[in-house]
Amino acid sequence: MSSFWSWFIIILTVVNIAGAVWLMYSNTQRRTPGTTAVTGHKWDGDLEEYNNPLPRWWLGLFYVTVLMSIAYFILYPGLGNFSGVYGWTQTSQYQAEMEAAEAKYAEFYARFRDMDLAQLAADEQAMAAAGNIFGNNCAACHGSGGRGAVGFPNLTDASWQYGGSPDDILATLNNGRNGVMPAQAAILGDDGVEEVVAYVLSISGRDAPADKAAAGGARFAQICAACHGPDGKGNKLIGAPNLTDDVWVFGGSAADIRYALVNGRANQMPAQLPLLGEDRTRLMAAYVLKISGSAGD
Amino acid sequence: MDRAQTYNDTVVRQFTIMTLVWGVVGMLVGVIIAAQLLWPALNFDIPWLTYGRLRPLHTNAVIFAFGGCALFATSYYIVQRTCHTRLFGDGLAAFTFWGWQVVIVLAAITLPLGLTQGKEYAELIWPIDILIAVVWVSYAVVFFGTIAMRRVKHIYVANWFFAAFIITVAVLHIVNSLALPTGFLHSYPVYAGVVDAMVQWWYGHNAVGFFLTAGFLGMMYYFVPKQAGRPVFSYRLSVVHFWALISIYMWAGPHHLHYTTLPDWAQSLGMMFSLILLAPSWGGMINGIMTLSGAWHKLRTDPILKFLVVSLSFYGMSTFEGPMMSIKTVNSLSHYTDWTIGHVHSGALGWVAMISIGCIYALVPKLFGREKMHSIKLIDWHFWVATVGVVLYIASMWIAGVMQGLMWRAINDDGTLTYTFVESLNATYPYYAVRLLGGLLFLSGMLIMVYNVWRTVKGGVAERTAVMQPA
Repeated sequence: MSSFWSWFIIILTVVNIAGAVWLMYSNTQRRTPGTTAVTGHKWDGDLEEYNNPLPRWWLGLFYVTVLMSIAYFILYPGLGNFSGVYGWTQTSQYQAEMEAAEAKYAEFYARFRDMDLAQLAADEQAMAAAGNIFGNNCAACHGSGGRGAVGFPNLTDASWQYGGSPDDILATLNNGRNGVMPAQAAILGDDGVEEVVAYVLSISGRDAPADKAAAGGARFAQICAACHGPDGKGNKLIGAPNLTDDVWVFGGSAADIRYALVNGRANQMPAQLPLLGEDRTRLMAAYVLKISGSAGD
Repeated sequence: MDRAQTYNDTVVRQFTIMTLVWGVVGMLVGVIIAAQLLWPALNFDIPWLTYGRLRPLHTNAVIFAFGGCALFATSYYIVQRTCHTRLFGDGLAAFTFWGWQVVIVLAAITLPLGLTQGKEYAELIWPIDILIAVVWVSYAVVFFGTIAMRRVKHIYVANWFFAAFIITVAVLHIVNSLALPTGFLHSYPVYAGVVDAMVQWWYGHNAVGFFLTAGFLGMMYYFVPKQAGRPVFSYRLSVVHFWALISIYMWAGPHHLHYTTLPDWAQSLGMMFSLILLAPSWGGMINGIMTLSGAWHKLRTDPILKFLVVSLSFYGMSTFEGPMMSIKTVNSLSHYTDWTIGHVHSGALGWVAMISIGCIYALVPKLFGREKMHSIKLIDWHFWVATVGVVLYIASMWIAGVMQGLMWRAINDDGTLTYTFVESLNATYPYYAVRLLGGLLFLSGMLIMVYNVWRTVKGGVAERTAVMQPA
């Protein structure tokens, strides 16, 4: 802030407070014994005013708050660019609290650094902490039990879009994932969409008109197989889902499949490393292994 | 009788009746959204009935429709009586009534449709904002025109507060609503980022300070001495707390933005000025309550006076609570919790609604040629139902708010949060139920009032009252 605005604020602040103090002080008078007379003004027949002195305790309350403000503005930032005797800022308060917390909790997590994910998954204390982290950071999307929701994968089954090995899960947690299914309406046309829907239903074990499914299969091989593979079993390297099982992140009805084909889908798992740090993401990877039932493998 | 020699009570009657109508509507919407917090399925999956759209409808309806009509009615009534002259500009006064009703109806249509500027208490889209500005400037012309034509030298204290309220709300509304339209229904604010946030809360807090405090203090300064039959306690105190209140209130907005990207100095100013504001705020309460001293026995027989005294008590309580909540350390616990909701309602129900109700009970018989309200007993019933409702409301929100704040900051030995957000929400449900009950009671009180007013008005004669000669 320029020194003009700094002084603008300082002067306005001081003038307002000093003006209020002057107002109080100049209207303070000694309490005269007996009842006060009315001021002599009269409105609407019977509205009159006494002119009692300002209550002492009330004046005292006002002056105390003014003294507090003077002390505060000397010690803390408030008067324009003057940063206050304590040099306090909310940023420094935040940093100090975070550093203190890091120092305190680093000790707790240090014990887990030499353990591999399988060992972590078997460690009661580690998993208790991981359960807390999951509740605070992951449950909002994946559900408190990790069973997912529409658009958010179920973590408790054996199906993995980006791979279920300890390293894969840790990579997903640390760096996040960005999934994109491009919209195909312009390429397929209305009939094409219906045919591919029929084909996807057929390869995932549902009933579909055979002629349509066959036509859809031809289109699938041409367009979709690039990501989902010639047999529709997906590609974990790019997160293209397996279309032949009964696991559907966005729902598996004909309408859901049609929507995905026409409009495409975009999905994101945010990177957790910058938020949690590696000590905690390793715990989380072990936790995900554990709740998916693959920790013992 | 020559029209010019009579008070313009037509517009006062219109605003008085609409105060009741909008009071019931606004509080009913409040009860519905309180029920939705308890049973989310109550939006029936209809977009217009979702919480996010009904909540601004509730706040706008109770503040600007209910509170606004009450302020128009009482300020028009009071300024004529205390200036000993007819209201300036009959046509313009009628325009403020119909214009304000159009604003309210447009709000009731656009908000459920999801049309909003997204600024709290300033949600209405820009075409409605322009209409508000026009109506408000007309209001100022009518009010100050009447003051200019007054037949007494001294301007009565109630009018100082109405004047400050009218001028400041015009400034706040216009500055905060400055926007660049991108179409008829949408616009972008001219401010960006934290400046936008600061302008919004400069507006938002002063809407509380000038609309909901100064305006209703104007009401108080006429009806409390009238109803008590006693002179105002201290002219000196009126002068001091008026100027201190309006100058210091202006600074308090930043306390809504503690621990945000707002610069530290601005946060500090907001906090300290909020603390200094405590005594000037209490000045009004002292002047009101001390005016009653010597007339306490009237409380036994006059439930209207009970409304006025209890409203002043809630005023004192929430103007103490506000400065406390603006202290950063307290705010870090209270902010974003239901404590804030409790605080707002101790002001909105306890102070604003109770004083308006008391004043309207005093006003209705005079406006419709009756000696008194149809049933004094029913006023007493209304008083107790409303008081119990407010207490249940704010006590449940205090407990819920402090509990949420403590749950959100509880930390385990491993550095993780002890409770997930959902757990704190789950723990709040019983308090949401109590809050709903409190709201229902308050709404029931309003319905009792509607019946009582209807019985009083029915068969009454709205006669013209001659302007009183100045003493």
